[in-house]
Amino acid sequence: MSGPSALPPGVTAAVLRVNSEDYPVVFPTHHTLLEVLRERCGLTGTKHGCELGECGACAVRVDGEAVLSCLKLAVEVRNSEVETVEGLQNDNELHPLQRAFADFGAAQCGYCTPGILMVASALLDRNADPEDAEVYEALSGNLCRCTGYHRIVTAVRWAGAMARGDDWRPPEEDFHGADSQAPHAGRDG
Amino acid sequence: MVANPKLEAVGRDLESGEEYRLIGTAFRRVDGRAKVTGQTQFADDLNFPRMAYVKLVRSTVPHARIRSIDLSAALAMDGVLGTLVGTELPDKFGILPVSEDEHALAVDTVRFVGDPVAAVAAVSEDIAHEAALAVKVEYELLPTISSFDEALRTPEPQMHDYADDGNIHKKVSLKFGDVEEGFEEADVILEDTCHFEGNTHLAMEQHSAVGVPEDAGRVTVYSSTQTPHYVHRALTKVLGLPASRIRVVACSNGGGFGGKSDPFNHEMVVAKLALKLGRPCKVTLTREEVFYCHRGRHPVLMHLRTGFTKDGSITSQHLRTALDGGAFGSYGVASTYYTGALQTTTYRIPNYWFEGARAFTNKPPCGPKRGHGTPQPRFAFEVHLDKAAHHLGIDPAELRLRNLQPPDSVTANWLRIGSIELGECIEAVVRGSGWKERYGKLPEGRGLGLACGAYLCGAGLPIYWNHMPQSGVQIKLDRSGCVAVFCGETEIGQGSDSVLAAIVAEVLGIELEDIRLCVGDTDLTPVDLGSYSSRVTMMVGHAALQAAERARDTIAKAVAAQLEVSETELVFADRRVFPAGDPDSGLDFSAAVVAAEARYGTLGTTGSYIPPRAPGRYRGAGVGPSPTYSYSAAVVEVEVDPQTGVYDCKHVWMAHDIGQAINPVLALGQIEGSIYMGLGEAMMEEQVFRRLPKRLSSALVHKMPSLLEYKSPGFHDMPGMTSYMIESRDDRAPMGAKEVGQGPLLPIMPAVVNAIFDAVGVRVDQVPATPELILKGLEARARGRAARVGPTRFPRVDYGTPVEVPTPEQGGDGRARHDPKHRGLRSASGTMKDRDEALKERRSATLTTA
Repeated sequence: MSGPSALPPGVTAAVLRVNSEDYPVVFPTHHTLLEVLRERCGLTGTKHGCELGECGACAVRVDGEAVLSCLKLAVEVRNSEVETVEGLQNDNELHPLQRAFADFGAAQCGYCTPGILMVASALLDRNADPEDAEVYEALSGNLCRCTGYHRIVTAVRWAGAMARGDDWRPPEEDFHGADSQAPHAGRDG
Repeated sequence: MVANPKLEAVGRDLESGEEYRLIGTAFRRVDGRAKVTGQTQFADDLNFPRMAYVKLVRSTVPHARIRSIDLSAALAMDGVLGTLVGTELPDKFGILPVSEDEHALAVDTVRFVGDPVAAVAAVSEDIAHEAALAVKVEYELLPTISSFDEALRTPEPQMHDYADDGNIHKKVSLKFGDVEEGFEEADVILEDTCHFEGNTHLAMEQHSAVGVPEDAGRVTVYSSTQTPHYVHRALTKVLGLPASRIRVVACSNGGGFGGKSDPFNHEMVVAKLALKLGRPCKVTLTREEVFYCHRGRHPVLMHLRTGFTKDGSITSQHLRTALDGGAFGSYGVASTYYTGALQTTTYRIPNYWFEGARAFTNKPPCGPKRGHGTPQPRFAFEVHLDKAAHHLGIDPAELRLRNLQPPDSVTANWLRIGSIELGECIEAVVRGSGWKERYGKLPEGRGLGLACGAYLCGAGLPIYWNHMPQSGVQIKLDRSGCVAVFCGETEIGQGSDSVLAAIVAEVLGIELEDIRLCVGDTDLTPVDLGSYSSRVTMMVGHAALQAAERARDTIAKAVAAQLEVSETELVFADRRVFPAGDPDSGLDFSAAVVAAEARYGTLGTTGSYIPPRAPGRYRGAGVGPSPTYSYSAAVVEVEVDPQTGVYDCKHVWMAHDIGQAINPVLALGQIEGSIYMGLGEAMMEEQVFRRLPKRLSSALVHKMPSLLEYKSPGFHDMPGMTSYMIESRDDRAPMGAKEVGQGPLLPIMPAVVNAIFDAVGVRVDQVPATPELILKGLEARARGRAARVGPTRFPRVDYGTPVEVPTPEQGGDGRARHDPKHRGLRSASGTMKDRDEALKERRSATLTTA
């Protein structure tokens, strides 16, 4: 065999650009970006939860935008820059989102985490100081069964603050629990 | 009785009010970095050379005899490596020894849509998928059972011949004290019928397993399982191989919640195919298949009758439950008992009668989900108490406070209660929510609801009867200063690795990064029974504490000899070992290990834990005991639109009696996750089925086996949360730490419907409490009828003659009345007496090394 013309029908050869590295891969043309990343590139950090675009676990960034890799064919990203969770850190230094998620309990089982990190990183690149509601909006396509979401939203905001060099951090009660002697704070959601 | 030899030492520490160095701080979880970088390897992330992909062929009909399975078209496909059918694995398995009713692949009968019938292995997942579709199965249809009522009406044909009665799998009737007399003493007797719909775990990770063949006929199975030890046992039985030739490795689970606690068909299949084909074989379930694996929350219909005096004291309670179990036993016998067992742990119930029954139906098997069997009756009880409070004119919080079970007591059904801070929990959420000023006084449409709960800190008995430790830890130390900790525990996201590492680091005065963990591997790690029943902190914690203290003692002896000081003066802190009065003269931790290694040779210690023996001696007393219990109280605030019944949870105040948080950030994460999952169950989640029309086979099919249609809460659905941890160390628990993973879920569902009542005056006696139901109640109220929605009848069930057990107050001894010559419980590893002797011996045991 020599050259792509020798490929059997239904098979594609391509060089994918993932995390600023070239991945020459051969794959069935109908395979999704999710499958090719996990099975051909060996980048298993990207997860699958439904294969139907319902859970957000497979989110990656394509040319900066968060997309569901289970709904995108790999052949569609031949001329694009793909970013996955493996490319988030800078050499051995964690991205602020990764630090905040690890330190703040925003990752429990960690299975939905890669997808959420990629969507959140796209959000922070757009808006370094999002309000809670903006984080909710950006992540509304991602499911998490462990955390109850609160820590994810707060960790995204904390990461934004870190990236901006702002010393804001989550309230103390998120680290040690609320004061059980404190009276009603007039909070009603 | 003190079960752990080191408890006394912990007790001493507690008395002196010892401050922990690491325990109780918000350290980064030990697997935190791996989880945010994509390094954590879940089962489906594993790849091996020549690995084959496996797909299961699943039944398309709910109940049938298999006439034939035609594999020829599949086998003829290019790339197909082999197939497997049920007759190749004829031995049955199942998590409970009393209900080993599952075949790896159906042998002659399928019992629900999704029941695995055959398997195919191929060089790619695509080909395996095509080949599975090419397998032709001919069925001879059998009548189907869709509900508890239908099971009751359809005793024949039996789905399983071991059932207690027709298609009623299990029947229980346990009567403690004088229930009738208790009702006679009551001023008010209340009755309620409630329903709790089934729902599923919906862990984000689909189950996956890889079988890898090795030399000399051995096989390793990597799996997303919460219980590698039980999978190991099931594989041994099904493969017919000695246990020593099978190794099970539990990968980090992408969420469990009880859904990965059973040994599963797909695990048996990849092990067998690996041995058959001589290749690694991987199976990863689709999301639809995960809904068929299920083992989720049982749908339970409940009838509760309780007597109260005028001042609100409970005099007697009679609870009846009817569980829809699905097609197999799974944990169902335990689930059935659990719908009654923990009812007595929160409030004093002097006389208690529990009747429970579980039916077989042609649906995916139900099993344990977070709270295992207890959220359903807890829901019924806490809603019932809200009604009682209104009836008696007592504030709902006050009614609960008046009935609190005392600490260090034994309940009517012979559960030994440890520490209990439920009163503190109630007071915290009452204060935080402004309950006294706001309850019953908010504008129409706004309401507050309060409820409580309790949960096990580990099931007191293992799933199969034995007297061996329920958790073991080994520690290896050497001159590097690295401490390797081996334990069979399984990280499912709850932070069990961090608990294990933190306890060892605390005792040895080292940092988390000095510890290397090896966990969840049946060849390399001592047995731990798994991540279920909130047992890890209690049991792994005790075993870790013992192993670490033995290591500390060995090192202390060597250092004491070297420094010529007394070992009792030595302090382990800041990666150093030094005399308390003279820190500068000490040794670095690694130098201290060198001293011990030189003096005693290669170093290793072990620790193990067996829970204390529970006082109950009646048949059924094995379900419910725990070394101690956790307690929670919640207030939920809702806003209901009276026009539509649509409602929002605005805020949740949750207080949890945790003993001691090992890591407050992880503990709060468990509380918040429990609130979230509870809200899902209260508001929307349901695993429900429908019968197809006759022209479409009349099959019972899952209504929504997808993440989109099975509604679960998203980011937008979450209310504000205020979480209180009531820390009062429990000396039955390692470092005083009780469970937190399951307990806080329990109060949520009843608190939500109690809040709906406060908001719009509608009683919703079932969950999920959907807007449609609320609207129905509102319309009934508008027409002047009772504003109550929920089940109106309870089936007539013959629960059998009750086992009558005198209570501690009646001077009972834990045995049932008329118990025919109670001979004591005996297992392969001895009797209870042998076990007590062994415990005594272990208590005085010296170091395993040195």
